[in-house]
Amino acid sequence: MALLSVDGVSRAFGGVQALQGCSLEVSEGSIAGLIGPNGSGKTTLFNVVTGYVRADQGVVRFRDEDVTGLKPNQVFARGIGRTFQLTRIFERLSVLENMLVATQRSEGWLRGLTRSKSSAEEVATALELLEFVGIAELADLQAGALSYGQRKLLELAYVLVADPKVILLDEPAGGVNLTLINRIAEKIRALNAQGTTFLIVEHNMEFVMSLCDRVTVMHQGCNLVSGTPEEVRRDPRVLDAYLGGGDDELEEVAGG
Amino acid sequence: MRLWSRVPWALGLVALALFPVVVTNPAYTTIGVFTLIYMACASSWNMFSGYTGYIALGSAVSYGVGAYTMALVSIHANMAPGAAMFWLAPLGGLIATVVALPIGAIALRVRRHTFVVITIAIFFVFQLTAINVGFTGSTSGLILPFISWNESYYNLPFYYVALGLVIFATALSALVRRSRFGLQMLAIRDDEDRALGLGVRTTAVKLTGFAFAQFTIGMAGALYAMFVGQIFPQFVFDPLFDVSIALMAFLGGLGTLAGPLLGALILESFQQWLTLSFSNSSLYLILFGALFLLVILFMPQGIVVFVRDRVTRRAAREKAAVAAAETTLAGSRA
Repeated sequence: MALLSVDGVSRAFGGVQALQGCSLEVSEGSIAGLIGPNGSGKTTLFNVVTGYVRADQGVVRFRDEDVTGLKPNQVFARGIGRTFQLTRIFERLSVLENMLVATQRSEGWLRGLTRSKSSAEEVATALELLEFVGIAELADLQAGALSYGQRKLLELAYVLVADPKVILLDEPAGGVNLTLINRIAEKIRALNAQGTTFLIVEHNMEFVMSLCDRVTVMHQGCNLVSGTPEEVRRDPRVLDAYLGGGDDELEEVAGG
Repeated sequence: MRLWSRVPWALGLVALALFPVVVTNPAYTTIGVFTLIYMACASSWNMFSGYTGYIALGSAVSYGVGAYTMALVSIHANMAPGAAMFWLAPLGGLIATVVALPIGAIALRVRRHTFVVITIAIFFVFQLTAINVGFTGSTSGLILPFISWNESYYNLPFYYVALGLVIFATALSALVRRSRFGLQMLAIRDDEDRALGLGVRTTAVKLTGFAFAQFTIGMAGALYAMFVGQIFPQFVFDPLFDVSIALMAFLGGLGTLAGPLLGALILESFQQWLTLSFSNSSLYLILFGALFLLVILFMPQGIVVFVRDRVTRRAAREKAAVAAAETTLAGSRA
């Protein structure tokens, strides 16, 4: 049974059809990959699933519940976490405070008025997670001072605070050095072993092919091929899609 | 270190509390009352706009609503002139908060520059209405019950009530900064959509913060009306009020606890002094303009942040120097 399923989702921005009847299934406990040429609708699909963009048509289901059209905070509260392609952290808050923002997914809004910023327990959890991604020693630093790679780790850590069932990662390895890519891959595997499901958009083919159980290729707003990394690599339609897009990643797909 | 950082606050409080004891000239204690009123307003304004980054320029609505609550209730209830009228200030604050809810619900749907423009537009709707309806006294204003306290004593109750307002606004800002609610407002300032995606109910948080901030401003407006004894719609619903408190917060340091207080202390006392010395109530506008050019050029984040950065940088330098000296020492010993 699929944990997260997208069924026939369409979305247009003016005349541009960003998504056109896109369907996708992510089964529980898997690491799913989502690849495709630039502009094929991967990030828009993420935005639809997480409530940042409304779908014109189609349904998104999470644990058999229709979550189409919910607001981002409601989607998050149900257990879908995400990171952004360009990392989005709270630059003028400390690293620890960044973590604390995410700790209240099931808390009423009035409760926030009367309680302090954090409980000892929440701080302990936050520090544990920062330790997990390897930036615990930076907890008191202003987040704006972090390097690009450290921001990626922080973003991953604060999504973990709320203990989501599925995490959508938008280019976790983009613009990050090899050591850090390996560290991120290792963290994803460790979390997956504990039961967290992943859906990953990534252009780094080696990263995707080595990490994912299933890979879906998107092309012109639609899912083109789904299968194991090996199947996808051999599929001629995938090559065509990248060829048509005139993308550099062609050789990586073919050669990798 | 924590205790050390409280010393300036204690000194400031003692200085403000002793001011009317040392300086007894009513002309100067009057300046003191106005300055404290603006300190309370700037601090309260900062509690929403400084924390969330939503620069609201319609707080004069709250000030005016507070002032008119004081005037209308004291007149129509035939209140005996005197200290009992102070109790109308919380009522003014409450009504200002209630009035702010629909305003916030509309204006907070948009962000940044659009938000600023919408708040100004809403403000002018209120100002024009206040000037044109009968019960505000229109352009001839309203005269409040005359309080016949002795001239040498008159300012003192107002001074200490205003000081109480400043303490209230500052304490509230400090408490909010330490609460989850305050953290949520700061998260909204840095990246509202991201905060929403992490479960922060941004609309509820913004509206609550906006309405809360109006409470102290409404009380300040009520106190002002009682203090001056006669109010006019065009002076309590004054666009310069908003420009002033925003500039005070910017000068002192937007989003900081001490910044708006310091900014208001400097600017309002300076303005009142200019008015008193040169009997020209618009001269300050020219000087304010020049001052702000200087601030934007040399300390764009405000006085408090400017000084704090200097201090931390010096501390870091000294620490580094000590560490370097120790290494050399250790090296020479070996």
